[in-house]
Amino acid sequence: MIELKNLTKVFAPGGTEVKAIDGVDLSVPEGTIYGVIGSSGAGKSTLIRCVNLLEKPSSGEVLVDGQDLTRLSEKELRLARHNIGMIFQHFNLLSSRTVYDNIALPLELAGASKQAIEQAVLPLLELTGLGDKRHSYPAQLSGGQKQRVAIARALASKPKVLLCDEATSALDPQTTRSILSLLKDINRQLKITVLIITHEMDVVKTICDRVAIMSFGKIIEENEVEQFFLNPQTDLAKEFVRSAIHEKPIAEIEARFQSEPSEGARPVVRITFVGQGVVQPLITKAARQFNTDFNILQADIETVNEKAMGFLMVEIMGEPEGIDQSLQFLKDNVQVEVIGYVS
Amino acid sequence: MSADAWSLLFKALWETLYMVAFSGSICFLLGIPLGVLLYVTREGRILENRAANMVLGGIVNAGRSIPFIILMVAIIPLTRLLTGTSIGTTAAIVPLTVAAIPFVARIAEGALIEVPSGLVEAAQSMGASPLQIITRVLLPEARPGLINGMTITLVTLVSYSAMAGAIGGGGLGDLGIRYGYQRFDGVIMLATVVVLIALVQLLQMIGDRLQQHYDRSH
Repeated sequence: MIELKNLTKVFAPGGTEVKAIDGVDLSVPEGTIYGVIGSSGAGKSTLIRCVNLLEKPSSGEVLVDGQDLTRLSEKELRLARHNIGMIFQHFNLLSSRTVYDNIALPLELAGASKQAIEQAVLPLLELTGLGDKRHSYPAQLSGGQKQRVAIARALASKPKVLLCDEATSALDPQTTRSILSLLKDINRQLKITVLIITHEMDVVKTICDRVAIMSFGKIIEENEVEQFFLNPQTDLAKEFVRSAIHEKPIAEIEARFQSEPSEGARPVVRITFVGQGVVQPLITKAARQFNTDFNILQADIETVNEKAMGFLMVEIMGEPEGIDQSLQFLKDNVQVEVIGYVS
Repeated sequence: MSADAWSLLFKALWETLYMVAFSGSICFLLGIPLGVLLYVTREGRILENRAANMVLGGIVNAGRSIPFIILMVAIIPLTRLLTGTSIGTTAAIVPLTVAAIPFVARIAEGALIEVPSGLVEAAQSMGASPLQIITRVLLPEARPGLINGMTITLVTLVSYSAMAGAIGGGGLGDLGIRYGYQRFDGVIMLATVVVLIALVQLLQMIGDRLQQHYDRSH
């Protein structure tokens, strides 16, 4: 639905060139919720603003629903934008308009009749749970309600794509959850493709189907969300996953921790698995079969894209041969990574 | 105060209101669009155009740098062309308007700058044209600021209109100078001052009420 090809955006403040986006290829399949995560300054916001050409790319193609937006005239681009809704971190509602009139704005701009506007806005008020706020002004609403208005407004022109630029970053955790579940509902009910830019791993974990990691203007890793959590490749991805599962650095809980193996040291492994009740039988089986003991250092079950995903950190104790066999047995069945040793 | 003095005062008040209302209306009609142009052609705004912005800004600055008393005399040919005369209340409207247009333009520009740029972006993302952004987003959102600016302009016009007495413009200022200053009539002088104060208070009050009515930002 959205395809970015070799996209580059160069800024030149005061003569020195900065590559905010450096040759990005990205493909967002129709109907998915796609997350782009990265630290601040990685170029995420510039990237999403290139998708509806709020920011003009320096080079590359931006295809939305098969149409290359970079080749359109101003007028054609305005028409194409009716197909692309967008919500922002700071909501960007018009303070002089009521909730109803804010949602009606895109339709007014497109020249819709009063009747057509009412027919479109009323169901959106219901969908976003704002039925009783119809006549309120934005200043009278909470942050979460404001973002709901912004979502309803973005949906008014019946877009195929919804762009979310740090849409939950100004909200508290509880409100964030309710906004995310609203986005998921919208994605399912209206079959809208959603592209989300965020620095919060919780957002990716809660609703995204796929995720890309951005760093210094480049996409450095891209995967299905479960695969991303099971098997992150780059250091940055590993860091993000660890922060999402609230993993403590092992050195903090184990004073005897060392990163290199030594004589008599026992391995500490991180086991990642999908589905509850998967790993415990494996561990007991390994313990029985190879005569080893497992010391559980940390354990956590997280819901990733509505699936249970477990993260376990264990120390394997026993004879060296038994330890090796246990490790191999686990590796054959689940995602296992040796992260260090304790002696 | 004698009946004659009262009628003088009412006539002068009427002339002042006439000058302020007339020049006020015209300068808003021309000054606000000029302010919009100054805003949209600025760097980073929706119709960025350095050359146009510099030319318009230069004209506005030139207009604002001429003292009103000199402007009145300097544009007498224009006044004569538009009103057929260079003396009288109607004639005074021309320099008042000319002086107020650049003033209004800068104030309108300032009110527009206060509108968060995120709103313009949101409108662009909805496919709004530049004209739609101006009429549906910028002007409605800047309305409280614009009303505030209009109040300031009207109050300034009241005091400028007093100077228009210099070209036979009449009005309260003229009355005060001719009777109060030149004839040492303290009563009329005092009455003039009281009426001027009351007029400005009234304008400010109406302006504040309107601004509050339209300000939904808190």
